[in-house]
Amino acid sequence: MHADEKLTYETWPAEPEKSTLEAKNKFLGFWFFLGGETVLFASLFATYLALKDKVPDSSHHLAKDIFELPLTFVATMLLLTSSLTSVYAMYHMKNFNAKKMNLWLILTLILGAAFLVLEIYEFNHYVHEYHHTFTSSAFGSAFYTLVGFHGGHVAFGLLWITTLIVRNAKRGLDLYNAPKFYVASLYWHFIDVVWVFIFTVVYLMGMVG
Amino acid sequence: MSTYAQKKGFGATLWDYLTTVDHKKIAILYLIAGGFFFVVGGLEAVFIRIQLAVPNNDFVSAGLFNEIITMHGTTMIFLAAMPLVFAFMNAVMPLQIGARDVAFPFVNALGFWLFFFGGVFLNLSWFFDGAPDAGWTSYASLAMASKGHGVDFYVLGLQISGIGTLIGGINFLVTIINMRAPGMTYMRMPLFTWSTFVTSALILFAFPPLTVGLVLMMFDRMFGSNFFETTMGGNTVIWEHLFWIFGHPEVYILVLPAFGIFSEIFAMFSRKRLFGYSSMVFATVLIGFLGFMVWAHHMFTTGLGPVANAIFAVATMAIGVPTGIKIFNWLLTMWGGSVKFTTPMHYAVAFIPSFVAGGVTGVMLASAAADYQYHDTYFVVAHFHYVIVGGVVFAVLAGTHLYWPKMFGTMLNDTLGKITFWLFFIGFHMTFFIQHFLGLWGMPRRVFTYLPGQGFETSNLISSLGAVFMSLGVLVLLYNIIATSVKNERVGNDPWGDGRTLEWAIPSPPPFYNFKQLPLVRGLDAYWLEKMEGKKGMTPAEPLGDIHMPNASFLPFVMAFGLFVAAFGALFNMDDKAWSVPVIIIGLLITFGAMFLRSVKDDHGFHIHKEELMEDDNEKGVKA
Amino acid sequence: MKRLAKWRLISIFAILSLILSGCGEPFLSTLRPAGEVADIQYDLMKLSTLIMVGVILVVMVIFFIVLIKFRRKDEKIPKQVEGSHKLEIIWTTIPILLLLLLAVPTVSATFKLADVSPMDKKDSDALVINVRSNLYWWEFEYPGQEIVTSQDLVVPTDEKVYFNLISSDVKHSFWVPAVGGKLDTNTENVNKFWLEFDSAKAKEAGDLFYGKCAELCGPSHALMDFKVKTMNRDDFDNWVADMKDVKEPAKADTALAQEGQEIFNKSCISCHAVTPTNATPPEARLAPNLSNFGERSRIAGVLDHNEEELKNWIRTPEKYKPGNLMTDKYPQLSEDQLDALTEYLMGLKVQE
Repeated sequence: MHADEKLTYETWPAEPEKSTLEAKNKFLGFWFFLGGETVLFASLFATYLALKDKVPDSSHHLAKDIFELPLTFVATMLLLTSSLTSVYAMYHMKNFNAKKMNLWLILTLILGAAFLVLEIYEFNHYVHEYHHTFTSSAFGSAFYTLVGFHGGHVAFGLLWITTLIVRNAKRGLDLYNAPKFYVASLYWHFIDVVWVFIFTVVYLMGMVG
Repeated sequence: MSTYAQKKGFGATLWDYLTTVDHKKIAILYLIAGGFFFVVGGLEAVFIRIQLAVPNNDFVSAGLFNEIITMHGTTMIFLAAMPLVFAFMNAVMPLQIGARDVAFPFVNALGFWLFFFGGVFLNLSWFFDGAPDAGWTSYASLAMASKGHGVDFYVLGLQISGIGTLIGGINFLVTIINMRAPGMTYMRMPLFTWSTFVTSALILFAFPPLTVGLVLMMFDRMFGSNFFETTMGGNTVIWEHLFWIFGHPEVYILVLPAFGIFSEIFAMFSRKRLFGYSSMVFATVLIGFLGFMVWAHHMFTTGLGPVANAIFAVATMAIGVPTGIKIFNWLLTMWGGSVKFTTPMHYAVAFIPSFVAGGVTGVMLASAAADYQYHDTYFVVAHFHYVIVGGVVFAVLAGTHLYWPKMFGTMLNDTLGKITFWLFFIGFHMTFFIQHFLGLWGMPRRVFTYLPGQGFETSNLISSLGAVFMSLGVLVLLYNIIATSVKNERVGNDPWGDGRTLEWAIPSPPPFYNFKQLPLVRGLDAYWLEKMEGKKGMTPAEPLGDIHMPNASFLPFVMAFGLFVAAFGALFNMDDKAWSVPVIIIGLLITFGAMFLRSVKDDHGFHIHKEELMEDDNEKGVKA
Repeated sequence: MKRLAKWRLISIFAILSLILSGCGEPFLSTLRPAGEVADIQYDLMKLSTLIMVGVILVVMVIFFIVLIKFRRKDEKIPKQVEGSHKLEIIWTTIPILLLLLLAVPTVSATFKLADVSPMDKKDSDALVINVRSNLYWWEFEYPGQEIVTSQDLVVPTDEKVYFNLISSDVKHSFWVPAVGGKLDTNTENVNKFWLEFDSAKAKEAGDLFYGKCAELCGPSHALMDFKVKTMNRDDFDNWVADMKDVKEPAKADTALAQEGQEIFNKSCISCHAVTPTNATPPEARLAPNLSNFGERSRIAGVLDHNEEELKNWIRTPEKYKPGNLMTDKYPQLSEDQLDALTEYLMGLKVQE
């Protein structure tokens, strides 16, 4: 099959994300990319754990003083739900239903954006309430770098998916852009998984002390 | 289609290379850029040896010396050895697996330009206020204390070129998994392809820790964070870990392709299949795996405690086993063979004792308690030059001679090649053997001078004289390249006559689509098997049909250039220059704009039609 | 006969000295071990070298046979051999055994060299020295004795000496090659280890070992040397007592020296202390303690210990140790002032 072939519901393959050589390459390459990203986040996690609660003096707040469960729990729920909506989007992609796919993707975007807003609020809260900033201590640097890197990934994901939706709004689905949607949703799942680890390691373990 | 062969003007050729996505042309770009940086790094090495030739020398000042050693190490590892290895991977690996190009030709070009602009950025430091001076390892406490912008050039330059390397690695992995010709099973892949595969996996997992380390250092130096600021709770040992989690696999990233090249050479010029092929594959994978388990042996004296030191000592020794397996397999490949001493074979043969010497000192260094005496002395300098020069540089020189006809369609002169070899070989051992003893006698590494009366004088002088021989060897090689390029005698498919793998089954240089029809692979050493049955070429695995090819693109160059611009802005942001932020924004706009353009524009590539391919054939037929 | 024996002895010495000259200088070389730590390390070096030479011999024998026997003589195609399981097993297991042979003593030595338990014991009479590295000089504090000195480390022979190592600026590494080594002085944590100085070997080295910084630390990394003076326990105790006697800055005894002391008190004393028992916290000790400067073996760690070099050093420290922190910290001194200051500094001695 060629990427520029015009297809109908009947001829749409079962695995449109892997039906041309280019698509197969993209699919596999993206998995490898996520492998590299995993190591990247692992390094950031290790750095965070090494520097957690490392502050210059006792006037600084520690993890257990700062983090609040309700806020991060809501954020977690938002991101988990957005992962689910992106699964629905892919379900419709596989059924050659561009309209419904876009609908679910837009829902994903809204949830992702809400997550980002919460995160920005959260950071703002720490800065003003606890003077816990990027430059206030090694703990602060490590915290904002790890969580901020994740936030940056979310922001990039939002831009990416938006571009995809806008670009393909008129074109509809074909074998050239189906893999693009698919890897974007893979990416979205990945940042969701990373968040689960952040929620556990940074927030839950942080609150325990 | 005969237009391809026509002579083009300089401008058109330049544009062709700036926009190419062809793996063979990208290979040539890597070779030229890597070769250039190799000469730059070599000059820095010569300055080091001049300064250390006599005690209390003042050829260069202390501060400048530190800049030179830092740039020598960084240049040689990141900007010379890696791209040269990448040159051969690009030139040969797709041909060896019978592919028409790599999986992501666009990304391949992007990888090159990122590396190139990163390297140029790093070297521009010489023209601003000084090169980085904290050593190629750039240990955090010293790097944070370093004045001027040297270390910032290091951080940003390596970051940019590192991304290029990373995407190159992913590209090769996917290429090897998805794009092998019919019949090319994993256990029929030539060893160079195998080593490319394992190396790419190492790149994928080793570069992210470096990326993180560089990001942390960048944040600390430019944006006021406190990762390495001990008074603010920071910890500089984090940098050591991140750097060496990358740094040790990096050694194998360099040396495994070298093993691959030598494996090809031993088999070719002994006219024998590689002895113990499957155990060679196994050893390659095992070395790659163990490469991640041993980083802390670079930190035995950091004070990690006896438990960590003991574990890492034993793990490090374990690497000696698969490496030993390889050495014996190479020897047994030659055993009973018909060994022809061409220039590449000279390097391959010389590699064995040289690398064994480097390997055994590696095992000595692994012995943690004894390493307390070797660490950061000239013993270590001798050890890693034996491994990197005796392994990687020998392989690069061997590969240059071996694959030159495949890349350029003409042979390098064999006599001049052998002169290069002997000069380089003698110079190499003269320079570095004595350094083992300098280290044991108490000479620390990275010293800009030494005082008389400590017993270091004679040995340092000998070492410096050796550098003269190595330099002469490189000069002869450069002359050889120019002379043979001017002569330009064209060669056929298999100019060495002993080719075994697929790349020797097609013209030198291959047409831009590599294989008119994908070959059918019937076993290890696919081309050799056909030759032994008296056939001229490979049996095709498909009927002649249209070939899908990617379009050339200028965007990779633009994307890399944008980051290059942004890096300048970031660098001078520290000085509160008013123009720095706009420069960052402009740079990022260029990069993201090009990325955006890439994603919204459809790029389906083009097809070479069957008729054109046949026409091509006929024309050749007429000529012949 | 006696004559012959003497000649034999001399020739043995001659050969011995020839071999030893390949082993470097007795005050500096790791191949002339002068203490328990260096001995352990030297034994490991010898063991690993022996094993490795064995490996090299095997490889080289096969190597040369191949080179001589299997050159291409005709165009015959050799037999294509796949491999040999038997051989593969042999050259996998034998190296593993050889490595085990090395791994066991390595692990045991690694633990032995890291054993600093006597440091933590209460009422232990082990000698502990706090080493603090600075750009580009060394400070040695004897917490049990409550004295501080710098550049020349003074230690008793034939007993274990324990070290606490830390750096006050960038990372350095503490190394006395002939006696054993080395351990980094980190910026964030204290590293601990021990050394032992052998009296007989110390005598060969003139009771003065060379110490070095072994971690790139800036322009003058190469010149960040220190010296180790060894003496028997009694002499050491005397030295400690003498040091402790200096409760306040020594009075200069000549008029010139007195003048020098005034200059010193005006321009130098804000960084340099001249009492070994000073109670300044470590962070505030900005420059080497000069209480026993007159008895040092070198000036600034690298220059000969004489008045001319001292003047050179004070005139332009940057020339002798690029990047040092002393340059421009004090006003320009006239030649007369230099004479006076030199006289004073050279007179700073604690032992009679």
